Amino acid sequence: MRSFNRPIWILLAVALVSSLVGCTAPAATTAPAAPAATQPPVAPAAANPVTIHVLTMDQAGLKPAEIDQIVKEFEAKNPDIKVVMEYVSYDNVHDKIVTGMAAKPPAYDAAMIDVIWPDEFIKAGYLLDVTDRVTPQMKSDMFPASWNGVTRNGKVYGMPWIMDVKYFMYNKDMLEKAGISAPPKTWEELVAQAKTIKDKGIVEYPIIWSWNQKEGVVCDYAVLLYGNGGAFLDSNGKPAFNDDKGVQVLTWMKKSIDDGLTNPSSVSSDENAVEANFLAGKSAFAVNWLFQYSDSTDASKSQIVGKAAFAPMPVFDAGAKAGVKGSSVDGSSSFAIMATSPYADQTWKFLTYIASNDVQSRYSAEMLPVWQTDFQGDSLEKLKAATPTNPVTVPAFLSQFPYANERPTVPYYNEGSAALQLAIQEALTGVKSPKQALDDAAAKWVELAKK
Amino acid sequence: MRSRKLINKIFLFLLTLPVLFFIFAPLLWLFSASLSTQVELFTVPIHWIPQHPTLNNYLDIIFPSGAAASVPRTFGVAILNSLKIASAVTLICIGLGSLAAYALVRIPFKLNRVIQVGILGTRMIPEVSLVIPLFIIASSLQLVNKPIVLIIAYMTFALPYAIWMMAAFFQTVPVELEEAARLDGCSRLGILWRVVMPISIPGLVSTAMFIFLLAWDEFFYALIFTSTLAAKTAPVAIAEFVGRYVTNVNGMMAGGILAALPPVILGIIFQRYIVSGMTAGAVKG
Amino acid sequence: MSVLSRSIPKHRLSLRQQDARIAWLLILPSLIVILGVTLWPILSTFILSFFNAPTGINQTRTFIGLDNYTQLIADRTFWETIGRTFYFTVVSVSIELVLGLAIAQLIHSHPWGWQFIRFSLIIPWAVPTIVNGAMWRWIYNADFGALNGLLMQLGLIKHYVPWLTLPEAAMNLVILADVWHTMPFVALILQSALATLPAELDEAAAVDGANAFQRFWQIRLPLLRPAILVALIVRTVDAFRVFDIAYIITAGGPAFKTVTITYLTYLNTFTFGKQGTGAALSFLISIFTILMAFIFIRFLYRPEETQ
Repeated sequence: MRSFNRPIWILLAVALVSSLVGCTAPAATTAPAAPAATQPPVAPAAANPVTIHVLTMDQAGLKPAEIDQIVKEFEAKNPDIKVVMEYVSYDNVHDKIVTGMAAKPPAYDAAMIDVIWPDEFIKAGYLLDVTDRVTPQMKSDMFPASWNGVTRNGKVYGMPWIMDVKYFMYNKDMLEKAGISAPPKTWEELVAQAKTIKDKGIVEYPIIWSWNQKEGVVCDYAVLLYGNGGAFLDSNGKPAFNDDKGVQVLTWMKKSIDDGLTNPSSVSSDENAVEANFLAGKSAFAVNWLFQYSDSTDASKSQIVGKAAFAPMPVFDAGAKAGVKGSSVDGSSSFAIMATSPYADQTWKFLTYIASNDVQSRYSAEMLPVWQTDFQGDSLEKLKAATPTNPVTVPAFLSQFPYANERPTVPYYNEGSAALQLAIQEALTGVKSPKQALDDAAAKWVELAKK
Repeated sequence: MRSRKLINKIFLFLLTLPVLFFIFAPLLWLFSASLSTQVELFTVPIHWIPQHPTLNNYLDIIFPSGAAASVPRTFGVAILNSLKIASAVTLICIGLGSLAAYALVRIPFKLNRVIQVGILGTRMIPEVSLVIPLFIIASSLQLVNKPIVLIIAYMTFALPYAIWMMAAFFQTVPVELEEAARLDGCSRLGILWRVVMPISIPGLVSTAMFIFLLAWDEFFYALIFTSTLAAKTAPVAIAEFVGRYVTNVNGMMAGGILAALPPVILGIIFQRYIVSGMTAGAVKG
Repeated sequence: MSVLSRSIPKHRLSLRQQDARIAWLLILPSLIVILGVTLWPILSTFILSFFNAPTGINQTRTFIGLDNYTQLIADRTFWETIGRTFYFTVVSVSIELVLGLAIAQLIHSHPWGWQFIRFSLIIPWAVPTIVNGAMWRWIYNADFGALNGLLMQLGLIKHYVPWLTLPEAAMNLVILADVWHTMPFVALILQSALATLPAELDEAAAVDGANAFQRFWQIRLPLLRPAILVALIVRTVDAFRVFDIAYIITAGGPAFKTVTITYLTYLNTFTFGKQGTGAALSFLISIFTILMAFIFIRFLYRPEETQ
């Protein structure tokens, strides 16, 4: 029987060795307390071409084909740098960054960062501090607000890329039919106008929102909350969204469903569904990102071509009285360099190129530039003329963007947002009262802040 | 008596109708949606049959042009990747796994039970948990975004599954046949090769189909390990129809039908084997 | 999978040793592959479950012993999620079994076109999970979905219903999508098993005066037990670990109502950045599935019956 044991040991040895092949790398990551990586490892001078990997989402701003074009231009100008782009859908970018950073060297040298991720990623040590690399010209010529998404405690962690906010859009035709002369300036006016439209039988549910259990509902809530003079956190960083103003907003949201003015399917709709609904002519008012407008002019997607229009995002009466002039939410994204990338210099070169004024203005048809110089004087006229929709979208952007609010810049935002999404859903579906739901979420935020 | 039999037959036939509806209704709707434009899909009341049918959704995928959106354009490549990976996984699993399965079921030796339990045990861990360690290994070996990484990663669940299935099939081969061959002077390997394997072909085909499906189906590992054209698989490509704000529903439906075709066609071709394979495995299982 | 237990004459001992060597030869390649790929990941995940491991490069991993486990067991969300997962498993597998059995029997009775049905059953099963998920998500769509369209045209509802937002309905709809996809597998196994049952038993019972229902219930069903149990164990273990379909159709919503235990693991590991908790969850899941498989094998393992 003893002879049977030998194969076992050989086997175990083989298995152990083969799995140890992968162990040398993981051993490094299990070692505790690696120093905070603000200095990336120094890369050897690039004699051979250096390859950098960049992760971004497809279907945002520029099409992958266009980005590939920009990459080719960059590579032609910088023969010692090769860029490999990876395109994934938005929902998966976050997970890929987390997995990518577990490896050494990291799977990506740069990645697209949504405006709500920097805090989590900075805490995790993923993002490289690039404060010293940003030139004064970039700071002054780009919209100051565009740097909000990547600046924390005075340090800059990325390069602005796409700026987007939520816009208030309405169907001109329907308002005309209802005899309404101007779009609403306050949410209370909106309710009145919606009632008129409903009573006249123009549409069954005049308002549509993206209140499903995803980040979109927090965006909508942010728009309404700030429009009521409320805020997510108070000056001490404690949750404030469950105060009177917050509860009022949530109660208003529920009431608009109960009154039959907000489409009940809003509770399961994301921004995509909102667009589908609005473009099918099933609602008169829809809050959404910029893409909804250009899609509305596309006959293969829209039944309301030429009928959509922008209006400044309304606010609540109470908010207006408290001095709130406008409210929206920032949905921008930027590019960040991963802290452990060995090719920080080359990557920064690439990011500078792709975000440069020259490149952005050439592709302004797809996304509005982050350079405020493009919105001034002659450049403004040129920008407006660049595409058929720009004459409308550019002024809308200029007037709405200044009022974009940020969602809380806390490292536990992902989990906190999940709690808030849950709370709003529970209130809207009647499982809990608005006050109870928000209080529970606030308690969770306090708990998360402690960790 | 005869009319009673006829009534029975008619009754049974009527029962089959809801079953057929249950099976085909969603598929027909999928097909109908794949022939629609976005505007038509977003119309109420619903158009069961598109009034303005279009082949564009398919054409965008099959004959990609620069003007089409990026996801349809690269979809064909993803399907090819899936084919490569699923085929490789199937071949390896059948090849290696059949040997192991036979040994576990027919050859008595120490640790036989332990290994059987161990192999079963590896199936208990959810794949989600192994992703990050696997990614670290793959990354240090510079295998990310190459088809080989998925082939290897899928071994974590495909090979144990294959061994388990084929073991069940091999058990149904009558021992007497093997004994007879042994008496005829066949070596153990000879028995395996000349007696057991030929009889088990339905079982092997059945297992192959399962493994192919398993590999074709897999989504999460593919998502994390591959995103470039070199290795991206069909499920990942389908997920990409879901944009940040807009879902290209009609494109996704067309892509869905195309991604479902290879496994469905395989299933239909090997249907007889699969069913007879299941018979052996399930009854005596 | 029992070890062949025939008595071997003494003079064949050396043959047995030879046999064992060949066995190792046959098993080694598979074993190396499996161990090579799973040993490190499983071990490292297991070790990780004893640490507090927030995601991050400069994060310290502190050893906290069993704290991850105790925190999970004390967490209400954990038990609610287990409850939901059990609900999904039990309902899903039960429906699949009952429907599968019914359809198997239907095919077995050879109505007109029975071959076509058997042939068609392969199709839902062969459709990839993500396609299945995308298809059903579109069917359940609140504004334009086929379910709403159908119910409206049948006059069963007056307004379109946002199905996926109703907390009670959402899980059941995910179950429906899963049942459509995997019930064919069960039906095919059972139908094959039925086809191999000796016809004489049935005819004898008919002659004895048993009606169709009695024949089914008392004769065929007991003989199908091995096949049923095979289907049961495979489906239960897989259903308990379901992830993909909940991820695609509802992304865990509404209000967490379709978060299964594997989904919770995903959330902890990736979204909340708590890898230690995620690792602990994985092992808790494994314990549950091993227990379930063990219980089933206890009932399944009657080798005498299979002949």
